Amino acid sequence: MADRFISRGFLGKRRQPDVAGRVPPGQYVVNDFPVLSAGPTPRTPLDQWTFTIEGVVGESLKWSWHEFLQLPTQTFVVDIHCVTKWSKLDTRWQGVSVDTLFEHVELDPQAVYVIAFCDGGYTTNIPLADVINGQAFVAYNYDDRPLAPEHGGPARLVVPHLYFWKSAKWIRGLRLVETDRPGFWESLGYHNRGDPWKEQRYSGD
Amino acid sequence: MKRPLSWQIATVVDVRPETAKVKTFTLELPDWTPHRAGQHYDVRLTAPDGYQAQRSYSVASEPERNKEIDLTVEHLEDGEVSSYLHDVVIPGDQIEVRGPIGGYFVWESARGGSLLLIAGGSGIVPLMSMIRHRAAAGSTVPTRLLYSSRTPEDVIYYEELQKRRAIDKGIEVFHTFTRARPSGWTGYVRRIDHQMLREVAEPLGEGLQAFICGPTLFVEAAANALVQTGIKPEQIRTERFGPTGGSS
Repeated sequence: MADRFISRGFLGKRRQPDVAGRVPPGQYVVNDFPVLSAGPTPRTPLDQWTFTIEGVVGESLKWSWHEFLQLPTQTFVVDIHCVTKWSKLDTRWQGVSVDTLFEHVELDPQAVYVIAFCDGGYTTNIPLADVINGQAFVAYNYDDRPLAPEHGGPARLVVPHLYFWKSAKWIRGLRLVETDRPGFWESLGYHNRGDPWKEQRYSGD
Repeated sequence: MKRPLSWQIATVVDVRPETAKVKTFTLELPDWTPHRAGQHYDVRLTAPDGYQAQRSYSVASEPERNKEIDLTVEHLEDGEVSSYLHDVVIPGDQIEVRGPIGGYFVWESARGGSLLLIAGGSGIVPLMSMIRHRAAAGSTVPTRLLYSSRTPEDVIYYEELQKRRAIDKGIEVFHTFTRARPSGWTGYVRRIDHQMLREVAEPLGEGLQAFICGPTLFVEAAANALVQTGIKPEQIRTERFGPTGGSS
């Protein structure tokens, strides 16, 4: 092994000693909420919005916006980590746990991946095991207010233990699939799973 | 398994100021692969005790340049990595980088079409790579750059853009200033809006490909306004950076 490279004269600002254990390698903490997306912000009127669960499920299911809001709501306070290096701690969301959504369908044991699909055509692939057991939710409130369109409103998926591109904005449904297929960023050089603690940023990491 | 994107130790061969807050760093790469215009590199700094910081910076140069890339970096107030690059780094220093990264906000001359490039502040950097690539590849696709800056002193690559609009075939450059204008200026002096986008975009026709890069609110406003002019969302690619200005 080569000696570790040292950047001449670099000491770092180290502004966050108290949160060190909560920040994955290569990340820094921000207090604002940066926005990243590949195209313009889509806008679907709420009366046309639906949320679908489809694919290898007994019978697919569709909620209207009104129906979706009737589902049991939970508050989630989570740390989020974007592959572009920022992390934001203690973000506060309200929404519906993916577990709650799946209670309404019959999951086929063949289903091992989910594809989140969205307005604007964005998709992301996630192992089913990463979105169940309290690990993921569909959020429609942020900080007690309706989620802003640029942050994915009316609703976005949040999978806080994976890099934030997996937390698909403008989500319109989950498709359960038997075989894995890369989504949008996963086809463009980003890692297929995206675990920030393993620094799985890009393909091959 | 794809080939991992490995860290490599680049040598800084040139540092030059672009504006009071912006510098361009030319890096020589031992393991160079040509980037696609619009892509970025990750920079990683390591302190003697192992503490590390990473940031991403867009490549400013054209992919045709052999074994070297230019990274143009804005000095952010309190920026951990940009402060180091601006205040410490001199030619001869070494910097750990990996890239090129990003496969969506890219343009290659082979794609043709007409190009609408919209930049806010240092959002010009990846678009400049496209403009330089266009020239280096001998492309003459109709191209219009709309570049919003606060003041004339904040315009990055001003001289080069002036030269290119005179020499490169088929490229037009439009500046707009939001805080202070040059004396005698008769061009745009406001934030990018629907009307301005219509004027700039219209001559490019319906099939244009738009690239928008800048601060979050800038990109949000420009992309929304562009959609209102009738350009389809799938013709628009965006890259955003920086804070949201307090809102969430």
